Amino acid sequence: MSKLRKTLLEPIFDNNPIALAVLGICSALAVTSKLETSVVMALSVIFVVAFSNLAISIIRNHIAASTRILVEMTIIASLVIIADQFIRAFAFDVSKQLSVYVGLIITNCIVMGRAEAYALKNSPLQSFVDGIGNGLGYTFILLVLGVIRELFGSGKLFGHSILPLDTEGGWYVSNGLLLVPASAFFLIGGIIWVIRTLKPEQMEKD
Amino acid sequence: MSNHDSLKNIIGAALGVCLVCSILVAAATVALKSRQEANQRFEKLKNILLAGDLMKKGEKIDVEAVFAEKIQPTLIELKTGEPLPAEKMTGSFSPGKFDVKVVSKDPGASRLIPALDDKAGIKRAPVGMLVYFVKEGDGFSKIILPVHGSGLWSFIYGFLALDRDLKTIRGFTVYEHGETPGLGGEVENPAWLNTWKGKTAFDDEGRFKLKILKGKASPGSTTEIDGLSGASLTTRGVDNFMQFWLGPQGYGPFLAKLRTKQGNQPQGGTHE
Repeated sequence: MSKLRKTLLEPIFDNNPIALAVLGICSALAVTSKLETSVVMALSVIFVVAFSNLAISIIRNHIAASTRILVEMTIIASLVIIADQFIRAFAFDVSKQLSVYVGLIITNCIVMGRAEAYALKNSPLQSFVDGIGNGLGYTFILLVLGVIRELFGSGKLFGHSILPLDTEGGWYVSNGLLLVPASAFFLIGGIIWVIRTLKPEQMEKD
Repeated sequence: MSNHDSLKNIIGAALGVCLVCSILVAAATVALKSRQEANQRFEKLKNILLAGDLMKKGEKIDVEAVFAEKIQPTLIELKTGEPLPAEKMTGSFSPGKFDVKVVSKDPGASRLIPALDDKAGIKRAPVGMLVYFVKEGDGFSKIILPVHGSGLWSFIYGFLALDRDLKTIRGFTVYEHGETPGLGGEVENPAWLNTWKGKTAFDDEGRFKLKILKGKASPGSTTEIDGLSGASLTTRGVDNFMQFWLGPQGYGPFLAKLRTKQGNQPQGGTHE
């Protein structure tokens, strides 16, 4: 049981896919200007990584080395389409804002990376939990970015006004830079710095 | 390992994966289709109200109720500008069935546009369109016209609201497009759409004047609209399909008929 627990929790701080491996940056920049889109995106990635890991692990003994990548891509792409269809049906407004980025989960290195590095070698249950864990690691970074960018960029959280903006008669002068994708770069850099200061073993030797 | 790499095994595994995946994807698409279509229909109604300034962006109102109360949909024949004759209201033009995408593909309900006239890049134009009057007293305060045409990658679908004077633009919304997010995708940016409000589409003689420029509109101009930066081709597409839909191939005859009708009676009515 403790192994499963470790598989689940380790990717959040100790082996975070974004902060340590610096994977999945593209969507972390693109969808985090609002908390709502960050949450929907994070949930989709958890769903896709967990189930692609599960499916690939189940058939790992039947996948030939020569068609390995093709089989993995087929499974990942199908899961992404299913996630996209669900978002379109149940969160239409968010799906309009996420536009192509849901489809781009297919190219998110975290998904492929976990399939290759973990699911091909481990049991279905372990792989599924590893998928959820890595999804949660991604979620952690997205939530931090989403909160900082929406709160200080537009004074809101989930679209509700928290810091009244000066343009609407309040006192808070918003920081427009945070609404630009590039700001997420600086924030991710900051998060990596904080994590590596707290956990020096993550620092790369030069 | 050699066992996995046999041809039989490779094909078997590949077929199995494809079969399972296709069943799952197909099931999800089919099961969710009606819900997605309902969402799209709702999005359209919402955009009609947004164009007509009957709701604010992000406002929670009973869209269906407001639509039913304030909007008078009318099927018109584009060529004559008259309401569509009752005998033509069959097939794609049956009451409550109008969908601009279906109508544009239906050979009985649309016509081929000669390439030279096809400014909107849509190849086929519906013979009739569903337009929306915003009711006020006995008459109407605005008229909302559906427009569409080619952008860079995709068809852009939107609604243009004209004032009762049939010259001033009261609103423009885009409810569907597939342009590049951040560039042409800004075509649905509310801040840009807001700059359309109050612009003049026609002069006093009913000549089309609206221009969507590449670059900035000259200050104080009432007929020019800023282009989207980084999206010249999307901007040009919008400019082109506005020319098409507000011109003789589009709503030109319909607007001309309305103008003559208004010319015969005092404008504004007595209740103002």
